[in-house]
Amino acid sequence: MATAVAPGQPATKIGKAATEIDERLIVAGPLRRTLNKVFPDHWSFLLGEIALYSFIILLLSGTYLTFFFDASMAEVPYQGSYAPLRGVEMSQAYESTLSLSFDVRGGLFIRQIHHWAALLFVASIVVHLLRIFFTGAFRKPRETNWGIGVVLLVLALLMGVTGYSMPDDLLSGTGLRIISAILLSIPVIGTWAHWAVFDGDYVGDAIIGRFYIVHVLILPAIILALIAVHLLLLIKQKHTQFPGPGRTEHNVVGNRLFPAFAGKATALFFIVFGLCAALGGLVQINPIWLWGPYNPAQVSAGSQPDWYIGFLDGSTRLMPAWDINLPGDYTIPALFWPTVVVAGAMFTVLALYPQLERKLTGDTASHHLLQRPRDVPVRTSVGAMALAFYCVLWMSGGNDLIADKFDISLNAMTWVGRIGMVIIPPIAYMISYRICLGLQKHDREVLEHGIETGVIRRLPSGEFIEVHQPLGPVDEHGHGQLTYAGAPVPKKMNQVGGARRAVKGFFKPIEQPAQVELEAQQERRGLAAAESDEHVTSGRPSEGGRPSEGGRPQDPRD
Amino acid sequence: MSTHDRPGSDPSDEPGMQYGGPDDDFSPERLAGMQREDLNRLGARYDGVEVLHVDPPPPPGSGLEKQAERQVAMAFGLAGLFALAFAVVYFGSNWFLPDWQWASEDNGWSALYTPLLGLTMGGALIFIGVGLVLFVKKLLPHETAVQDKHDGSQFDRATTAATLMGGLDKTGFPRRKMIGRSLGFAGGALGLMLIAPLGGLIKNPNKGNPLGTTEWAEGVRLVRDDGTPIRPGDQEPGSLETVFPAVEGGNRAADAATMLIRLRPEQMAALEPREGQADFGYGDYVAYSKICTHAGCPVSLYEQETSRILCPCHQSQFDVIQGAKPVFGPATRSLPELPITLDDEGYFVARSDYIEAVGPTYWNRERI
Repeated sequence: MATAVAPGQPATKIGKAATEIDERLIVAGPLRRTLNKVFPDHWSFLLGEIALYSFIILLLSGTYLTFFFDASMAEVPYQGSYAPLRGVEMSQAYESTLSLSFDVRGGLFIRQIHHWAALLFVASIVVHLLRIFFTGAFRKPRETNWGIGVVLLVLALLMGVTGYSMPDDLLSGTGLRIISAILLSIPVIGTWAHWAVFDGDYVGDAIIGRFYIVHVLILPAIILALIAVHLLLLIKQKHTQFPGPGRTEHNVVGNRLFPAFAGKATALFFIVFGLCAALGGLVQINPIWLWGPYNPAQVSAGSQPDWYIGFLDGSTRLMPAWDINLPGDYTIPALFWPTVVVAGAMFTVLALYPQLERKLTGDTASHHLLQRPRDVPVRTSVGAMALAFYCVLWMSGGNDLIADKFDISLNAMTWVGRIGMVIIPPIAYMISYRICLGLQKHDREVLEHGIETGVIRRLPSGEFIEVHQPLGPVDEHGHGQLTYAGAPVPKKMNQVGGARRAVKGFFKPIEQPAQVELEAQQERRGLAAAESDEHVTSGRPSEGGRPSEGGRPQDPRD
Repeated sequence: MSTHDRPGSDPSDEPGMQYGGPDDDFSPERLAGMQREDLNRLGARYDGVEVLHVDPPPPPGSGLEKQAERQVAMAFGLAGLFALAFAVVYFGSNWFLPDWQWASEDNGWSALYTPLLGLTMGGALIFIGVGLVLFVKKLLPHETAVQDKHDGSQFDRATTAATLMGGLDKTGFPRRKMIGRSLGFAGGALGLMLIAPLGGLIKNPNKGNPLGTTEWAEGVRLVRDDGTPIRPGDQEPGSLETVFPAVEGGNRAADAATMLIRLRPEQMAALEPREGQADFGYGDYVAYSKICTHAGCPVSLYEQETSRILCPCHQSQFDVIQGAKPVFGPATRSLPELPITLDDEGYFVARSDYIEAVGPTYWNRERI
């Protein structure tokens, strides 16, 4: 302690500087509140963070790419260092993408990081969305944040589409042609919409420049603003948590932001970034120089969009040839249904799902404790059904590749998709429903009869029984008294301290085995400790919760 | 302790040093007398956080701690080495290392350059992350904290509503209807004005029938991608050639690409042209638009055994013998047929443009 300063005044340089800052900005209070904010600890709560971090990587790598990319459709002969294309006429967009890949030091590396991060961005959003859906985290008061999340997903898809259309290679040009056809297929306003987007007939000379500004300014700005709102709402409403000892609707149990949570989050950022960097260098993606410049008369066989558009490609392939001819010689093209309508309906239902569930279940209460998917079998099965539908469409997006690799008729694959799209989702519903009920029953069985120990005893009467380990107090029939509380039920002896912990050390023990033994005795951990005790029949400490955990909150274990 | 700014607190209460509240209860002297850990817990409690339980980190100086410390330091050290290696690969290439610029026949350093960048940068970043994870898991105390979650307060709702409604009342808008209505009118009109410039994007797609016409016209030669014209007899029976109109930029035009197919005799015998288009072909030659009537991809895969043309995008299949009628997949219309004949020099020419719109279907296609 310093002696020469007034009480409470800092003595160190940093302390003095901090005081100076606080006298001006008065941030000590808000900063302490932030540092003290408690975050619940579960791996699945990190999925959204992965999306956030990949977006940061996209911003960084994308900004770098703009230094070199030229979104012009003017035709130039290629003069760069990639010999096979030298002298070929191509758009400046394609030429500059080739040049940033081959003639900019490390440019190809950054471009590939950008592409990988984009795939990871959409993937982590989807998996995050599934976590939120299956655990009921979208329920009141978080419907708004769910809606923002769905909008972010749609924007991420648009980012992807505008992004992979920009290099103007043969593959992206084919995608652009299909986008043009989809626009044209919209009833009444289709041609007008096409003329507004493409500035005229396909392909014109404006579309790449327009996609560029949408991709690098308009969409990122909206996404950034929505992410900010998404996070502010999360902070304001606090995080949900899984049920468990000590966890209620009115608290959050976990780690404080500083230092534990901040450490883990920073670590995750570096790992996500590192993964993208490693993929960007080691795994080639979208080698545009192999596709060649776009030419409306050419296409490469097996053209596939990036994975997140695959479901729309699939729905388009499966759609029967049904134009609707209206009186007055107007037509609703078949292409309209599997693209605009299917995508529109899917995302609308998704965005409105919280309201739908509220209406159907009549549950209007606020919820901060998550549900285990098995405890809400209808929602879980509806989710499984939707997922199955999506997967059939997605697989059909690559049905030509499946047909080719497995030597199946292409037309048969289309029919598999058409029929599968109708019958697989209900089957997925039924199977998930049965699995949920089975898991529910097993939870209750373990609560009532205890954990199977695998120990067979022979009674004096000659009968063999398996010894069960009750989880709590039992009544006179030996039935457990605990009720199911929405939290994971331990189902293995190890989860209730049936085994003592391993001695630490990789090559050689760095702990004294005897000391670990002693610790196990003190903590009443392990079967030996339990059997040396007179509570051998119940195997539990005389009071309070699970052995070795002292009744304090624990992470869910499975 | 936080009752200072709430109604019912003593009005003679002097504000504390900065913002009242806890400063009333905790004088600087009292705070100075407290241990850091107590202050930490006090602040947490003030934020509604209770630290329930702390699993201590391994004891200082223990083997466990030393091992964890070594692991963390090793991870960070490796991260540094990888980062340095990245810099060496990045800057060293074409300096003391071979050139990084890739030539397609080279499988040496230039082919390794990008993978090495990925390996080194990925390694550096991942090891930083791994080091942090090890640090948090093995060297930080594991704290279990509980933070209260507050529901909305009826007090806040009632007072805020009163403030809002009181303010609205003072403006008199509910009473002074004329101001409200004129403001609503102005707001709507201003909104319209602000989005009006977007009208610059709108163009009329029906002017001159751009969707229904291509570069083909009477007497325009059918040429290959390199501009050479085609005579009957240049192609084997059963083969397909992509042809373009012999006009400036014809081989890059979006809708003009055409497939010139020479039918085999047995195909010729089975040929069922579309109604009124029996004379569109020339001899055993027929010419169909290459632009798929489904989504506009170039239909490219011609299987002459089955006389089918497959679009690789969505697998629509068209039967050449039946006037390129769609026989499988999502396409609904036949590929339009280009009427062809020979010019004076014996080269293929178009007799006119396509008689219908090529490419994907749209709303008013049948009307133009």
